[in-house]
Amino acid sequence: MDPQQPEPVSYLCGDCGAENTLKTGDVIQCRECGYRILYKKRTRRIVQYEAR
Amino acid sequence: MENPGGSSLPAFLELQRTRVLCKADAPTHTEGFQYSGAFAAMGVDTSVSVEKFCSNFKIEINRLTEEDMEFDMIGVDASIANAFRRILISEVPTMAIEKVFMVDNTSVIADEVLSHRLGLIPLDADPRLFEYISDDVPNERNTIVYKLHVSCEKGSQRLTVKSGQLEWLPEGSQLTMASPAQSGDNQRTYTSFGQSQQNTSERPLGVKYKDITIARLGPGQAIELEAHAVKGVGKVHAKWSPVATAWYRMLPEVVLLKEIKDGDAEELVKKCPVNVFDIEDLGNGKKRAVVAKPRACTLCRECVRPTDDQVELRRVRDHFIFTIESTGALPPEVLFTEAVKILEEKCERVISELS
Repeated sequence: MDPQQPEPVSYLCGDCGAENTLKTGDVIQCRECGYRILYKKRTRRIVQYEAR
Repeated sequence: MENPGGSSLPAFLELQRTRVLCKADAPTHTEGFQYSGAFAAMGVDTSVSVEKFCSNFKIEINRLTEEDMEFDMIGVDASIANAFRRILISEVPTMAIEKVFMVDNTSVIADEVLSHRLGLIPLDADPRLFEYISDDVPNERNTIVYKLHVSCEKGSQRLTVKSGQLEWLPEGSQLTMASPAQSGDNQRTYTSFGQSQQNTSERPLGVKYKDITIARLGPGQAIELEAHAVKGVGKVHAKWSPVATAWYRMLPEVVLLKEIKDGDAEELVKKCPVNVFDIEDLGNGKKRAVVAKPRACTLCRECVRPTDDQVELRRVRDHFIFTIESTGALPPEVLFTEAVKILEEKCERVISELS
């Protein structure tokens, strides 16, 4: 990760479920409903489990 | 009962030798006579030989369906019957999902729990067509690949994911390894299939039951994964056990020690919760108790309480009622022959070890 160029990360609103893209320094608030709890999305990277 | 040797034991000894007596408080004569010369003084040879076994051993099939069977195994020691039971549960191989590659799972069910559930799904694949996986290299001879790709639309109803939605991938994994592939190189996947599995068996290698609930998805949730099934045995993990369970019980023998008439007969019939006894009409209002269905006896011993002077409960020592419930990969009768083969293999190993 390059600290000079902060990647916009998308989050999900805890209330309405809308997708929000935030950069560093942004106010943590949903653009749709104003809810202040946002959740990070699950990684799409493959996670391997043992079926036991 | 006549012995193969020709001479016979006195009745009370023959009873002790061939039956387990179930008294009201505790069973007696539970231990079999293992020693070949136990009755040598009476001129009775109880030694074990192949000829004796061949003339005494019998199998009678009572019930056989696609997923379960019941048969009588007559003329073996409990140790042999138990060996078959244990081999069926823990040593006959099957295929089961072992590795789960989770791309996405936003459902409420945790990844680990979801993987565990997938592992327990019975697969409709003949394990004899596959090899055990070695060196962790999955190929078309040791791995079956399934894909589960489900999502629930936003604003729609809650969705139930069933085992039938697992899709068999005969060409192998479709997921590519995360490592940066060399330019010009084919993208490496999680399996290295040399050829398609399409012709491995007559049926597609799907799941046995398509109506097993795997998970439930709320609106906006999705599951995307790939599951790799490998061959294994039940002693490693119960998901590889080919039987729901396999068990046996000794043949019950219910004996009336004296004539039980009228009121006593009615009372005896009423006592038994599984209706072992029945009433026989002797005419002119007289009744007599008879043993109608001794096989139904569960050994609850209600009939020998409070006194055991009219009925005796016994078990035939070398007669086993064997039940096998298959989980579906192989039919129950095939499972049993596989178990016999495994025991044979073990015996051969012992013999070669000793010689």
